[in-house]
Amino acid sequence: MTAKISYDDVEVGTELPAQTFGVTRATLVRYAGASGDFNPIHWNEKFAKEVGLPDVIAHGMFTMAEAVRVVTDWTGDPGAVVEYGVRFTKPVVVPNDDQGATIEVSGKVAAKLDDNTVRVDLVAMSAGQKVLGMSRAVVRLA
Amino acid sequence: MALDQSFVGRSYPPTEPYEVGREKIREFAEAVGDTNPAYTDPEAAKALGHADVIAPPTFVFTITFKAAGQVVQDPQLGLDYSRVVHGDQKFVHRRPVRAGDRLTVTSTIEAIKSLAGNDILDIRGEVHDEAGEHVVTAWTKLVSRAAEGA
Repeated sequence: MTAKISYDDVEVGTELPAQTFGVTRATLVRYAGASGDFNPIHWNEKFAKEVGLPDVIAHGMFTMAEAVRVVTDWTGDPGAVVEYGVRFTKPVVVPNDDQGATIEVSGKVAAKLDDNTVRVDLVAMSAGQKVLGMSRAVVRLA
Repeated sequence: MALDQSFVGRSYPPTEPYEVGREKIREFAEAVGDTNPAYTDPEAAKALGHADVIAPPTFVFTITFKAAGQVVQDPQLGLDYSRVVHGDQKFVHRRPVRAGDRLTVTSTIEAIKSLAGNDILDIRGEVHDEAGEHVVTAWTKLVSRAAEGA
């Protein structure tokens, strides 16, 4: 593993570069195909509303995949992620227009652990709401 | 209706091996818009110390979730899948998943809880490679929401 960030160069509180990720209906169709999750709440507005959702929502796993990019873009080596967990607290609602929705992700080093690993706590927001809770990654640094 | 607590600890037989392909990893990385070359360029992956292109950290869910289907569709367990939402997800990687892996998943029910009429099911998926080495463990919490008026 060859992360480009050195363990000695980070402190508790070190902020990772924040990122914003866009998601449209087309993104969700593509993710459905790649992941094999064809639940209609992610592409069929009529179905989503019938089961009580405000509109089509993004796959939780899509949001989870985007959020960790703040960590993997920081370290350079995605193989350095040893642990990653989230709670899905609110759905990312994706309207049927050209803009879709955005997911804003920030992260900071919350703890320095053994074996050159650090715990990064992530915050993911969409439309002003926290969409992931307890979002934490343990990553091995150089 | 509350799920039967006696299912806690139950393990399901390992799945047939899933062969991880380079192009499947590429397709997944493109679907999440991630251009990290470790996912698509074997040379870039080797420069990072990996034997072949690696998969994004959440990729393995596509395999473990399919395996968890054995649990959620177990007629004896009787989970109402039409009311299920994904509560939590966690991965612990021994090493990254990479192209060429032939992975099997063994699913175990870790916990069953009932909270305010919701059934909460914790499933652990242990992922092993062809040599029997542990690659990653995935924990999936599924919540079957209480039926309206129940």
